[in-house]
Amino acid sequence: MLNPQLKLNPKIFSEDCELAPTRKGFGEGLLKAGEENKQVVGLCADLTESTQMHKFADKFPERFVQVGVAEQNLVTVASGMATMGKIPFCSSYAMFSPGRNWEQIRTTITYNDRKVVIVGSHAGISVGPDGGTHQALEDIALMRVLPNMDVVSPCDSVEAKKATLALVKTKAPAYLRLAREKTPVITTEETPYEHGKAQVYWLPDVGLADVGIIVTGALTYNALLSAKELESEGIKTKVLNLSSIKPIDRDAIIALAKETHAIVTVEEHQTAGGMGSAVAEVLAENFPVPIEFIGVKDQFGQSGAPSELIEHYGMGKDSIKEAVKTCLRRQEALDRK
Amino acid sequence: MLSDEKIKELELKANDIRISIIESLLSTATDKYVASGHTGGPLGMADIFTLLFFHVLKHDPKNPTWEERDRVILSNGHICPVYYATMAHAGYMPIKELKTLRHFGSRLQGHPHREYMPWLETSSGPLGSGLSQSVGMAISEQIDLGKNTSRYIYCLMSDGELNEGNSWEGVMLAGKYKLRNLIAIVDRNNIQIEGNTEDIMPLEPLADKWRAFNWHVIEVGGHDFQALNEALEEAKAIYEKPTVIIAHTIPGKGVSFMERDYTWHGHAPNKEEGAKALNELREIGERIKLAN
Repeated sequence: MLNPQLKLNPKIFSEDCELAPTRKGFGEGLLKAGEENKQVVGLCADLTESTQMHKFADKFPERFVQVGVAEQNLVTVASGMATMGKIPFCSSYAMFSPGRNWEQIRTTITYNDRKVVIVGSHAGISVGPDGGTHQALEDIALMRVLPNMDVVSPCDSVEAKKATLALVKTKAPAYLRLAREKTPVITTEETPYEHGKAQVYWLPDVGLADVGIIVTGALTYNALLSAKELESEGIKTKVLNLSSIKPIDRDAIIALAKETHAIVTVEEHQTAGGMGSAVAEVLAENFPVPIEFIGVKDQFGQSGAPSELIEHYGMGKDSIKEAVKTCLRRQEALDRK
Repeated sequence: MLSDEKIKELELKANDIRISIIESLLSTATDKYVASGHTGGPLGMADIFTLLFFHVLKHDPKNPTWEERDRVILSNGHICPVYYATMAHAGYMPIKELKTLRHFGSRLQGHPHREYMPWLETSSGPLGSGLSQSVGMAISEQIDLGKNTSRYIYCLMSDGELNEGNSWEGVMLAGKYKLRNLIAIVDRNNIQIEGNTEDIMPLEPLADKWRAFNWHVIEVGGHDFQALNEALEEAKAIYEKPTVIIAHTIPGKGVSFMERDYTWHGHAPNKEEGAKALNELREIGERIKLAN
């Protein structure tokens, strides 16, 4: 069942569940952040409306810097603004920022310890028709490997808004990963949010879970659909929303592994170096259990409708269910030894 | 106008800083380390650093994070031996600490790092991003205080790093914002690590390039204190544009066998070369003292 304590959207499994892209929540959050804090500034590389920064730019033109199609400049100018006490949010497509400007982010933001929030929209395969050049599937790996960099990947637009507001107040530089596509709104305004904390969105009605599903981003919805169907098939799961990939909630991950002895990770990213790898690093050192990784397996994407791409690259509901069953079999085989 | 007395004082100070640069680089050769570091650029920029830190800048070495200070961004971090030496002579740190350059545990990293020296505005090394950071600082200043700010953002950069696309992205944005509080100083020493700039990747006509991006351009001799000072005064008087001072310098300045030789861009003297260089610089110091 949906975790009753988190006040999740009761309409989540119905046909008329509201849809919104995570980038929309960012746009609303940045506007609110701008109203609350005069030091917040926005920078964009010619994708103001696409990344939803236009709401902030229209209201606060004097605090908005349009740098043109120049992503290296985007983050280095932002670093300079942070030096003077500003709180810069700089947005583009994830493929270009942090895709193109990684060294500038490393040297002038993380090594230099300047609090800048890098907002990468249109991340993942669900960019769809634009094709493989525009589908960022490596950005989590690029950002989480940097010392002193937080990485946040919200599950829906409501959480994206809360994450944006939280990132105004955190100390470390951060990467906020957003998507283009409209996806179901899973949480509500009342759902609690704390930077760096993972939350169990789905849990068995009674007893312990057989398998733990750890998910980040909008695929949280697919994970919940899988969990619901698995429940009717007699397999009990917990779904942990790991929207903060760094800092990573080690306690929540280890607790879930101790309960289930079987983990499936789900992300719209290469399985190499992404959220699943981060989970595996925690568990390998603390409580090793069988892990199945859902994500893109060492290949580039292609044009297509977001839903068919998600299916084709094995991130749909049925692929998650299959991975849960595989993981369960592996764990049972270990038990027999 | 600088008085003759002031110029003599600056010349002596710059020469002392050159001596410190060589001593500092020599200290990198130990039982554990082979000598390393950059020599040509630091010697060539000693006059400009001296003029800035001992005459032009609004700063306070006793209170390095003073809010009203002018901001200095060193974009080409590899010339940090001159940065460290100048700051030590200005009172930011003990002069003897210069002999820890590049040692394990030293604040004097091979390329400057703000974590170890909180008074630096930025860490730098990888080329081409200091100007953009300076542009961000100058824009922030304009957001807060409008066009009539009294603090200046000085970006010190190399000619070689103008090969980097990031540099020109910054140049373009500064022109768009007409950043009158931004002054870039390009060390036009005509060398980079593998050769002369015009052989590696021609920059000329360099002044025309900056003009085309809506900058006010001043070309000046990089060892002429009077002319440099006038150029900086002119830059502050320009209202509608950022200013770039293209300072023509001699790499390796002051040491006969290093001057204009690109091979000294990226390596440090051995003990013998260092001793010879120090002798030459001490002789120059004596001549400055004796001159009228």
